[in-house]
Amino acid sequence: MAEAVGAPLFEMCAVGKAFGATVALDAVDFAVASGEVCALVGQNGAGKSTLMAILAGALAPDRGRMRLGGDAYAPRDPLDARRAGVAMIYQELSLAPHLSVMENVLLGVEPVRRGLVQRDRMREIARRALSELGHADIPPDAVVGDLAPAAQQLVEIARALAVGCRVLVLDEPTSSLGHADVRALFDLIRRLRARGLAIVYISHFIEEVMTIADRFVVLRDGRNAGGGAVEGASAGAIVSLMVGRGLDDLYRRGARTAGDVVVTVEDVMPGSAPLELRRGEVVGIAGLLGAGRTRLLRTMFGLEPVARGRITVGVYSAPAAPHERWRQGMGMLSEDRAGEGLAAGLSIADNMTLSKLSPLGPACMVLPSKQEAAARGWVDRLGIRCSHPFQKVRELSGGNQQKVAVARMLYHDVDVLVLDEPTRGIDVASKAQIYKLIDQLVCGDGDPERVALHPAHGGQPFKGRKAVHVGQPFRARRKAVHVGRPFQGRRKAVLLVSSYLPELLGVCDRIAVMSRGRLGPARPVEEWTEHSLLMEASGTRAS
Amino acid sequence: MDRALAADGSVGHPRVVASRRFADERGVLLGLAVVALVFGALIGPQFFSAGNLELMARQTVIVCVAALGMTMVVVSGGIDLSVGSVVALSTVVTAVVLRHDGTSAGAAAAALAAIAAGALCGVVNGALVTQLRVVPFIVTLGTMLLVRGAAKGLSEERRLEAPATWLNDLLRTTHGGSGLIAPSGIWITAALAVAVAFTLQYTVFGRHLFAIGSSERTARLCGVRITRTKIAVYAIAGALAAIAGLMAFSKLSVGDPTVANGLELDVIAAVIIGGGSLLGGKGSVVGTIAGAAIMAIIQIGCSQQGLPNWVQQIVTGTIIVFAVALDRWRSR
Repeated sequence: MAEAVGAPLFEMCAVGKAFGATVALDAVDFAVASGEVCALVGQNGAGKSTLMAILAGALAPDRGRMRLGGDAYAPRDPLDARRAGVAMIYQELSLAPHLSVMENVLLGVEPVRRGLVQRDRMREIARRALSELGHADIPPDAVVGDLAPAAQQLVEIARALAVGCRVLVLDEPTSSLGHADVRALFDLIRRLRARGLAIVYISHFIEEVMTIADRFVVLRDGRNAGGGAVEGASAGAIVSLMVGRGLDDLYRRGARTAGDVVVTVEDVMPGSAPLELRRGEVVGIAGLLGAGRTRLLRTMFGLEPVARGRITVGVYSAPAAPHERWRQGMGMLSEDRAGEGLAAGLSIADNMTLSKLSPLGPACMVLPSKQEAAARGWVDRLGIRCSHPFQKVRELSGGNQQKVAVARMLYHDVDVLVLDEPTRGIDVASKAQIYKLIDQLVCGDGDPERVALHPAHGGQPFKGRKAVHVGQPFRARRKAVHVGRPFQGRRKAVLLVSSYLPELLGVCDRIAVMSRGRLGPARPVEEWTEHSLLMEASGTRAS
Repeated sequence: MDRALAADGSVGHPRVVASRRFADERGVLLGLAVVALVFGALIGPQFFSAGNLELMARQTVIVCVAALGMTMVVVSGGIDLSVGSVVALSTVVTAVVLRHDGTSAGAAAAALAAIAAGALCGVVNGALVTQLRVVPFIVTLGTMLLVRGAAKGLSEERRLEAPATWLNDLLRTTHGGSGLIAPSGIWITAALAVAVAFTLQYTVFGRHLFAIGSSERTARLCGVRITRTKIAVYAIAGALAAIAGLMAFSKLSVGDPTVANGLELDVIAAVIIGGGSLLGGKGSVVGTIAGAAIMAIIQIGCSQQGLPNWVQQIVTGTIIVFAVALDRWRSR
């Protein structure tokens, strides 16, 4: 199909870009034709972002040449690129949340007469652009911040079309969308393709690439690693090109045996089945975006008030604030890595040790040397690529950032890990590593090494954990008593929320589906398929 | 400011990390050197005479002490506009207590009462910020007027004369010999600066302040107790502003409810010139002190050079804007 479309609309030949000694792109070729969806795949750090920045005019290439529609293309800045007809839809949407839909669609190109903005024409243009996208239901006067993520994305696409784009670049467009929205987006992409747009689709999800793209181009370490028509290519083959090796053990599963119940959630969401989490197992929660999964996790962790029901963690059943949950042996990974999971301006060491600084010095002191040693252990163990434990988290790649967020829970040595979308937007190699780690944690292996590497305790395993009985009066709480660890044994329990079904099916022991705020019963993973999970999530009972 | 990173990845020693830490303050220290050299060249070597240096230190001590507290607040992502009013309240409270008891013990009680009043103002600030969830700028804009009003009410809108005690000697010049090298108030300021710098860098509380300022949601997720930490930081800032008030009282030797009007802006300027970010997560004591010193040198240098006040204001204003612009440019 790719060859049948004809001469490419956009083309880059032997483009190179280096940052100091680091070669980000080395003689990369890339082309996309009108009426074609070309997927650009590669791990984080493979050079996708650099290539995109060059395409978008944010960076100038050191070498090579680019052509757009037969003319030389060398944008001075992103605005120049936009005027030439190249539009980017970034993973993090770049909309003005306080402005209306129409103001966003026509931002910078407002119809003006005698110095005044013509609001009626704006409304008309925005309405037409949105109905061309098949979404006349989005009111042009709505405030963008009030819209759902999927609708916001449509506004951004409408903006690209309103300024007459010829090349549309979508960077991880599905990362914040639920299943139904993804399908709608794909329909839209197909319609845009039929209109003759050249579409560059960047994604970590190989299944998506297989579904939507006509052709794919793989980057690895700043070089072309392969490519071709999607028809006839297998997902395994594409991933092999990306990682340079096979996909055999992406989901690892050791010998798992469920132990004691460590967390129970009863009646927190009306009409829900109770949820039990046992030591030594991974329980998954599937569901569409907005089904209430994140809210359930946040309520469990004390980030949102418990309106009803009962959450028991170990021996504690009173509602607890996040700092109490940490002390009870529960840690949480936020779905919003940049906004909540990590403090981007702080160092790796600060981020990793923030939940438990007290062992890092006498009295209430924090000694940088101890903090560094504690962080370095986990940096080495998880293979976090950085120059130093005091490097700022902002400077790391997405996958490495996520490993820092995960390492926080390992450093704290929690027994229950609550993970909200742990692999969102990270590269395949990091994903594989996180899956392997989850498996090790619930199986309890890798533990001797971990204790040996646990620098905060000088290599000594915990003798006892300072714990408080929550729900007791303040005075009693002040006299924090030394009890044993709230749970006995080594194996962890993991609660995993994910929108990526193969991941849930690959990692979990039991899966529950959440739909419209109701949590279904957790059933063994063998009883689920992607199809049945999806049916249940969208409220269509299979039975 | 965060702990500096070693780009070569070779560092395994805290001392190396510590030495790299000054990389963040290099800009403001360089600025301080430039400003000092310019005025030194204009005025001559007598600009750096012991007496003149002491004069500058005495001039800047009030701003410095208040700016120590402001540095902590700014690091936590907040701001405190009420410091000028707290300084005034502190002078009034000191005078009121001294009028009851003019002995040295009375002076100690007066100082403690003033510091307690300042800390209380801070607790109110912190409580309003955390409980009403109103941004600190608005809350402290309100308490700025509120505390100023309270100071005026307490003094019945008069300047309160008070008997002379050791409090009046805090900033008395030692030039010409008393064996102290510098006035005791300057030693107190130095000790407070070391204590605040230590707190920010090497304590759980300090690291929590950086975490809250850098990303409050992350801090909450990690179990940092936002409410109590914030109330504590505003309370400390209030207490430090009250100590600045004691310094002001020492200069004035009266309780004056109208003193230190607009001081908060000088204090914030010192923090900002010193590399603090109003977005939070950045700021250091070394930078703040250097920032305050830059402003003091310009002030004293201009007046000794015979330049009118308006020149001094234009120079200071320019420096504030360019200091921040330079900081943005460097961090890119």
